[in-house]
Amino acid sequence: MLANYGYKDGSGDYFITINTDLCNGCGECVAVCPANIFIVVDEDPNDPMRDGPVAIVAEEKKKKLKYECNPCKPTQNRPPLPCVEACKTGAISHSW
Amino acid sequence: MQIEMREEKKQEFWRWKESNWKNPDIEWRSGKFITLGIDVGSVSSQAVVMVDGQIFAYSNMRTGSDSPHSARKALDFVLEATDMPEDRVDYCVGTGYGRVNVPMADRTITEIACHARGANFIYGPEVRTVLDVGGQDIKAIQCDEKGRVTNFLMNDKCAAGTGRGMEVFADLLGIAIDEVGERSFQVKEEPPPVSSTCVVYAKSEALGLLRKGWSREKVLAAYCRAMAERIYSLVERLGVKPQLAVTGGLAKNSGVIERLMFMIGLKPMNSKWDAQIAGAIGAALFGYALCQKGKGRKK
Repeated sequence: MLANYGYKDGSGDYFITINTDLCNGCGECVAVCPANIFIVVDEDPNDPMRDGPVAIVAEEKKKKLKYECNPCKPTQNRPPLPCVEACKTGAISHSW
Repeated sequence: MQIEMREEKKQEFWRWKESNWKNPDIEWRSGKFITLGIDVGSVSSQAVVMVDGQIFAYSNMRTGSDSPHSARKALDFVLEATDMPEDRVDYCVGTGYGRVNVPMADRTITEIACHARGANFIYGPEVRTVLDVGGQDIKAIQCDEKGRVTNFLMNDKCAAGTGRGMEVFADLLGIAIDEVGERSFQVKEEPPPVSSTCVVYAKSEALGLLRKGWSREKVLAAYCRAMAERIYSLVERLGVKPQLAVTGGLAKNSGVIERLMFMIGLKPMNSKWDAQIAGAIGAALFGYALCQKGKGRKK
């Protein structure tokens, strides 16, 4: 399942996408995210039939990604995002 | 000095009717698993009782300021339609915006999973895209033939383009909420949409249009169109895979749904079930699946 977290406004689409079919719940993203937006939960709240842990964007951060993810949106010299780089299974992607 | 106050009888145009229903063909006594789904939304609450995965009874009510109380009321209202005691329920799943405040729930599941599952039940396995237009947010969901979510997206919490916004407009224009769809088509030609999506601004824009001499129907048509466009901009990102099903309270508003479907180029789907109870149906179905898996707690 592709879980899209983020928003869309006049300047574009800003979404962090977690592919829960690839996520193994290792928690690497939790450790590297400077804004601590990720958490690992034992059960996917959006897919109750799935077994095993999965990373999600924390409930209290969901509506704040505009601000939380902002430091990782440079206008030039764009290195890979820490979360994308840390994810060994390639489950995390972003739309900007 | 004595000031005379005039008694004013205010009609509440936004107020939609609460209802409950029972399936007379199902006997709960012979059921193996009886599951309950309670969907406490921002504007409405629903409770669905399922006997072995079939809808036995449901209720649909307005959510008050107190979520636990609303969940209780919805449950009492559905039980009122049946002669079943509450303790016969094997498993109860809470969902919706107020799901953490459903005291009788054995577990909670997000409304995203529940609406996909519910739409699959209501409209059949050919549904691939589900749009849940609720009281305060819109969720665009893609699912597979089993109703499992494959991709989802949720807008920011905002009344623009949602059910609550439509209630505000019904009240402003003095048109009963269940007539909005029909009345919005009583215009000679389709007016341009109101430019603001924010309900507060759209309301003041509508007042300006009324002052300019627009009929109430024309203003309503302009607002329905603006709402359809806002919903469309959200699904656009996810992409529409046919068939598309709309769930949530706004599914009953033909004024928005027909305009939206025209933009997308698809025909609205029909069902014998009320699309507003999709979330609660999904919750009850998950309860049933969990019972079958042995994960359900048999009381």
